[in-house]
Amino acid sequence: MELTGADILVKALADEGVEYLFGYPGGAALHIYDALYRQDKVKHILARHEQGAGHAADGFARSSGKPGVVLVTSGPGVTNVVTPVATAHMDSIPMVIITAQVPSHLIGDDAFQEVDAIGITRPCVKHNFLVKDVRDLAATIKKAFYVATSGRQGPVVVDIPKDITAEKTEYVYPKSISMRSYQPVTEGHSGQIRKAVQLLLDAKRPVIYSGGGIISANCSDKLTELVRLLGYPCTNTLMGLGAFPADDPLFVGMLGMHGTYEANLTMHECDVMLCLGARFDDRVTGDTNKFSPYAKIIHVDIDPSSISKTISADIPVVGSVDVILDEMIRQIKESGRKPDAEELQKWWQQIDGWRKVDCLAYDHDSEIIKPQFVIQKLYETTQGDAFVTSDVGQHQMFAAQYYKFNEPRRWINSGGLGTMGFGLPAAMGVQFAHPDATVACVTGDGSIQMCLQELSTCKQYDLPLNIINLNNRYLGMVRQWQEFFYDRRYSNSYMDALPDLVKLAEGYGHVGIKIEKPADVEGALKEALSDKSRLYFLDFITDQTENVYPMIAAGKGHHEMHLSPRNGDDDDERELA
Amino acid sequence: MRHIISILMENESGALSRVAGLFSARGYNIESLTVAPTEDASLSRLTLVTSGSDRVVEQITKQLNKLIDVVKLIDLVENEHIEREISLIKVRATGAGRDEISRLVEIFRGRIVDVTDTSFTIEMTGSCGKIDAFLKAVPNDSIIEVVRSGVLGIARGEKGLRL
Repeated sequence: MELTGADILVKALADEGVEYLFGYPGGAALHIYDALYRQDKVKHILARHEQGAGHAADGFARSSGKPGVVLVTSGPGVTNVVTPVATAHMDSIPMVIITAQVPSHLIGDDAFQEVDAIGITRPCVKHNFLVKDVRDLAATIKKAFYVATSGRQGPVVVDIPKDITAEKTEYVYPKSISMRSYQPVTEGHSGQIRKAVQLLLDAKRPVIYSGGGIISANCSDKLTELVRLLGYPCTNTLMGLGAFPADDPLFVGMLGMHGTYEANLTMHECDVMLCLGARFDDRVTGDTNKFSPYAKIIHVDIDPSSISKTISADIPVVGSVDVILDEMIRQIKESGRKPDAEELQKWWQQIDGWRKVDCLAYDHDSEIIKPQFVIQKLYETTQGDAFVTSDVGQHQMFAAQYYKFNEPRRWINSGGLGTMGFGLPAAMGVQFAHPDATVACVTGDGSIQMCLQELSTCKQYDLPLNIINLNNRYLGMVRQWQEFFYDRRYSNSYMDALPDLVKLAEGYGHVGIKIEKPADVEGALKEALSDKSRLYFLDFITDQTENVYPMIAAGKGHHEMHLSPRNGDDDDERELA
Repeated sequence: MRHIISILMENESGALSRVAGLFSARGYNIESLTVAPTEDASLSRLTLVTSGSDRVVEQITKQLNKLIDVVKLIDLVENEHIEREISLIKVRATGAGRDEISRLVEIFRGRIVDVTDTSFTIEMTGSCGKIDAFLKAVPNDSIIEVVRSGVLGIARGEKGLRL
């Protein structure tokens, strides 16, 4: 039987196992929306803005490991979804974004709601397709899912002109697909792995530095096994938090610009570094000329272009980190060799000395709510068992530092692109993927206003999110940089005329609570977390002057961290830049 | 150092813009770029001349390989190869200058393909260096227009860049 392009698309999504489609309708997408109406396999979630739809699909993908799927209309629908597409691209998140396009005969005529979707999205997708013939539609959808979810994952855009969604053809969904121009590697080079294992076992001051690749490859259990087998210190990137249990004594914390003192010094002083599924991002390395001067570097990554891009690898290993970890563990076990216990003990003594600095200490006696305190209480109250999304800024760093993630896919944030407005819609996606789980969105008064409209979506679908708003009436991270590097000229970082967020939450049909005293923090959290039926918007009025420490300023190395004044750094030392 | 990267890619609309976009987005430099379909109509052959440190060129080839439409590529300068460029050069040619230019064309083994009372159009094929040398040899004020194809290249020996 012949089906229309719209029916073929929806059927293909169903055959691909898509349960939720996050989107927003419009003229060019109307045939597709009609096809959605006439079936019940793919559930469409109506966001309030295409950006919200995109981030929701992203949150769904990050928390479940399944591709997030988005449907938007042409023109502004496409431009609005560019931010989520770029966000997913920077963090290698599998997504398929269907963009409706004006009818084929109008393409290029500056038609109503026409933009060059392929052109606009090209630099921020893994790949994109324009469907020119309805007979190619099903295979293109198959290819889109294949490309998005294999190799180094990423977003794939499929642009479908309206006439294609009306034309008819036989529906055949390919069972498998192969592309001569795209054959991602999986297995690593065995000779390289052997060299890596040798180097690793010979190390005196080793470190294992892992990133989001471990989470994408679903192999945190293997990472954990390797780290424990060797007894080496492990640090995670912002994207990799949860890949190794944060409460394990072998974990030295997050590294990088706002990483722990012990993680960054371990990186700086190490003689062998095993980098697994991370990409030496500038926020991780600081000044690359000062980066880990004594280290021999083993870099395992599925993307060859990540290797020796910013930091030269001594032993590059291209392949799936999952497969390579298996092989490394096997070879270590077979070799019967153990790391040099004496050297390792000396190394740990040094690391423990750095730990004693207690770089994440903060003022517990404050009369004003400290943002760190809220996150710590959130961790305690949820017993570490929540999914935590965040927006971007100080609150994001506080969440990364003070919430201990022991499992992968629990920490959902925009690491690469740093997209404010990500947190709330991403939390919606997480809740759809895990309907019974506790989902907290840690945000700030700046970020939350960037996708605030999604509170309405939360009401429509009864999503009992917990919004933890760290409200300091500032764009806190901007303010912090202005304090440190711009002589306290607080240019446009102050949020004047904030709305009454409690009333606003209530206006959307949710529960809003304003919390102004440290003594009320735990009670409010307990109230919100125990009620699984409603969304709670907790507006914590926090210390306006709190800064995120430790901090590596731009152009500095891991050994040139600035600690909190509580750790003995005085103000003068903060005059950097 | 100068590199000649020869690429086989899917002959699809937009494929060229992926390559061009990659170069502009990552700040790589393109000295010349030529593209045309191959004997297999589903594939295009793209020849790109770029320059940069070894590290930059390594990144360029990795990033090109990462493009989904790119099937295969080689850097021709890594091995013995042949490179050619074709150019069409229109020059002012009057009086005694006409003979002088004809002689130059002969020396450089070019051909005069169009003649008017006041001008010649010359077809010149060879390496970039040869064309540069010819353009230097022609009196500068007599050049009316120069069109160069960009470099084409192929490896020496029996092996070919194909599927």
